[in-house]
Amino acid sequence: MPTRSAESDVLQDRTTIKVAAKSIFKVFGDRPDAALRLLRDGQTKEEIFEATGNTIGVQDASFDVGEGQIFVVMGLSGSGKSTLVRMINGLIAPTSGQMMIDGTDVANCSDKTLRDVRRSKIAMVFQHFALFPHMTVADNVAYGLKIKGIPAGERRRKAEEALAQVSLAAYADSYPDELSGGMQQRVGLARGLASDAEILLMDEPFSALDPLIRRDMQEELLELQRSLKKTIIFITHDLNEALILGDRIAIMKDGRFVQVGTAEEIVDQPADDYVAAFTADIDRSRVFTAGSVAVPAEALDIRTDTAETAMARMEELGRDALHVVEGEAILGVVAYRDLSAASRDDTQDAILRDALVTDFPKVGRTTQLFELYPLAESGLPIAVTDRKGKLMGVVAPQDVFAKLATPVAA
Amino acid sequence: MFSPSDILTIPLADWVNTLVRDWLVPNFRPFFRSLQWPITQVLNGLDGFLNAVPMLLFTAVLAVVAWRTAGRGVAIFTVIALAFIDMIGLWPETMTTLSMVVTAVLFCTVIGVPIGILAAGSDRFQAVLRPVLDIMQTIPSFVYLVPIVMLFGVGMVPGIIATIIFALPPIVRLTNLGIRNVREDLVEAAQSFGSTRWQMLWDVQFPLALRTIMAGLNQTLMLALSMVVITALIGAGGLGLTVFTGLGRLDVGGATAGGIGIVLLAIILDRITQSLGEPQRMKKTSLRATFANLFSPARTARTGEA
Repeated sequence: MPTRSAESDVLQDRTTIKVAAKSIFKVFGDRPDAALRLLRDGQTKEEIFEATGNTIGVQDASFDVGEGQIFVVMGLSGSGKSTLVRMINGLIAPTSGQMMIDGTDVANCSDKTLRDVRRSKIAMVFQHFALFPHMTVADNVAYGLKIKGIPAGERRRKAEEALAQVSLAAYADSYPDELSGGMQQRVGLARGLASDAEILLMDEPFSALDPLIRRDMQEELLELQRSLKKTIIFITHDLNEALILGDRIAIMKDGRFVQVGTAEEIVDQPADDYVAAFTADIDRSRVFTAGSVAVPAEALDIRTDTAETAMARMEELGRDALHVVEGEAILGVVAYRDLSAASRDDTQDAILRDALVTDFPKVGRTTQLFELYPLAESGLPIAVTDRKGKLMGVVAPQDVFAKLATPVAA
Repeated sequence: MFSPSDILTIPLADWVNTLVRDWLVPNFRPFFRSLQWPITQVLNGLDGFLNAVPMLLFTAVLAVVAWRTAGRGVAIFTVIALAFIDMIGLWPETMTTLSMVVTAVLFCTVIGVPIGILAAGSDRFQAVLRPVLDIMQTIPSFVYLVPIVMLFGVGMVPGIIATIIFALPPIVRLTNLGIRNVREDLVEAAQSFGSTRWQMLWDVQFPLALRTIMAGLNQTLMLALSMVVITALIGAGGLGLTVFTGLGRLDVGGATAGGIGIVLLAIILDRITQSLGEPQRMKKTSLRATFANLFSPARTARTGEA
C-alpha cells in the first residue's frame, strides 16, 4: 500500500531558520537509484529490500528548525533517526535532497566547506559519550578548538569555562574513565558548548544513563538552554523525554516522519495508531497545561452580585463554585455549599463577602497539570491568571483528571 | 593417467633465473647498491657506538630503561643476562647483533607504519597489500636470500635487507589493524568537529592504535632476531655467525653459547618493547624516586614525585 509521504513541517513565523532539510532520502546499498525508483512506485521497505538488497534508511524527510528551538526526533531502533541526525552534519551523505545549515547545503558541498561548517556552526553530542580516552577531560573539551588552531592558553580557558557551565570544573585534569556515566556525558556536552557552535546535534545523549541521572541531565539542558538559546536537534527513543524537552517533536517510523507537532498536538491528536500506541503510556500531566483544560471563569462581580444571584448563576452553569472579582482584581472564590448554609441569614450582601475564600489556588496558563494536583486538593476551581494577575479562566479539579485519562480505543 | 604436464611444461625456474640474472642484476645493480647506503650508514653508526660504549654503562642504561618500562624484575634480569653475556665472552658479537636488529627494526618501522596507515585508509590498498604480505611471510627466507646476494652482494647489509623483508609484515598488519580498530564513534566525534584526515590520524587514531602498533613492533623485533642465524649464511656477523661457525665446525659449545646469547637478548628486548605498548597513563615515578626505590625496595613506590 502506498504510504503517505512525509509531512513537511515549515515554520510560519519570522524566526531565523537555522537548519532546513529538503526531501532528504538515504538508501544503503549499491543500487540506490533502483531502490528510489521502487520507492516512488509505492513499494514498502521490505519489498525493496527483497528486490534490490538495499535498505531505505530515510524517506523524504523535510523539516525546519528555527533559532533557539529544540527540535526532537523520536523513534524506535531502525526508524532512521540516527541516520537522519548524521546527515545534518554530513557524517553520512544523503542519497538525494538538500540539507541547509544557515544557508549552506552540506549535502552537496566541498570537503573544505563541510569542515568549516563542522568547526564553526555545528557541534555533536553522542550516545556513548565518544570521549577520547587518551586525553584529559580538559583536552577533550578543547578538541574542537584545537582543530581550529586556537592556541593552548585560550583553549584551556574556554575549556574551563565550558566545564564550569556543566559543574565539572574540578575534573579538568582527570581522564574520562575516572568519571561516571553522567559526568562523562556532561563532558561531552561541555565539548559541544566549548566551540560556541550555534547548532547542537544530540544523538540520544541521555539514553545510556540511568533514569535519575537522565532526569537531572534533562533539567540541566533546559536550564542551559534558558541562558544559551542554542538551536538543538535532539534524537531520542523515549517519548517522555521528547515531551519534556521538545518545542517541536517529529515521530519517525521506517525512515519517514509520521507526525510533526508540539507535545500537546501529538498527545491530543495522534496521527495514527502507531503514534497513539506511543502516547498511551506517557505521563500526560507533564504535557498538558492549565490553559488546555481551562474553561471561561464566569466570575461574579462583588459590586453587582449578591449571594442570591451567585447561587442562581451557579445553578444555571452547573458549577459548585465561582470566583468573585472587583473589576480586574480577583477577591476570592465562593462555594455553593457555603452560600446555601448561610442563606438563612438576612443581611445578604454581607453573606457573599463572608463566604469568600480569599486563600484560593491560582496558576499561570502554561503551568503543567502535575503542578495542579496539590491545588486541586481544596476542591475549589483553580484560577488561571495572566502575568498581571487578571483572571483568564478557571480549571475545575475534575477536569484535570479528565484530561489525564487516556482515551479508550474506539 | 593424463595430466596437464603432458601438454605444457612451464620452465619456471629458468624464467626466474633469466629474470634475476640476466635482466634485474645487470640493469638495476647500481640502483640496488644505492639502496644500501642508508642502511649502511645507520648500521655502521650504531655498531660503532654500541661497541665503543663500555659494558657497564650500557648495562646500567638498559637496566634503567627496563625498570621504567617493564618493572624491577626485568631490570634485574637485564643486568644478570648482560653480565652473563660478557662473562661468556660474547659482548662484541652481541652488540653487533643488537645493532643489526635495531637497524632492521628501524627501517621496518619507517617503511611499515606508513604502509599500514595507508592500508587502514583504503580498502582497495589493503586488498592489494594482503597477498603481498602473505607471500612475504610464507616464502622461506632462504628463497629470497639468493636474489639478495645477487643484487646486493654478501655481508651485513644484505643480511639486514633480508631481515627487513622477513620482519616487515607484522608491523604493517598490526598498524593497519590498530587504526581500523579505533572505536567508530571516536572517529565520528573527530570528524564531526571538523578534523582533517591528518588531524584525525595524528590526534585520535594513532594514539589509540599505538598499543596495537607496539605489539606489531614487538613481533617484528622477534622475527628480526630469528633471522640472525640465517643472515650469517650470507656473511653477516654477530651472534648468528657464532652459531653458524659452531654448527660448521660441530662446535656444540660455541653454537650453544651463541644461541643463549640470542635468547637472552630476545627476552630483554621482548619485555621492554611489550611494556612500551602498555597504557602509560599511570603517574610515572620520577627518576629520583626510581633510584630511591632501588636502594630501599621495602618502601612501596611513591607516585608523582616532583
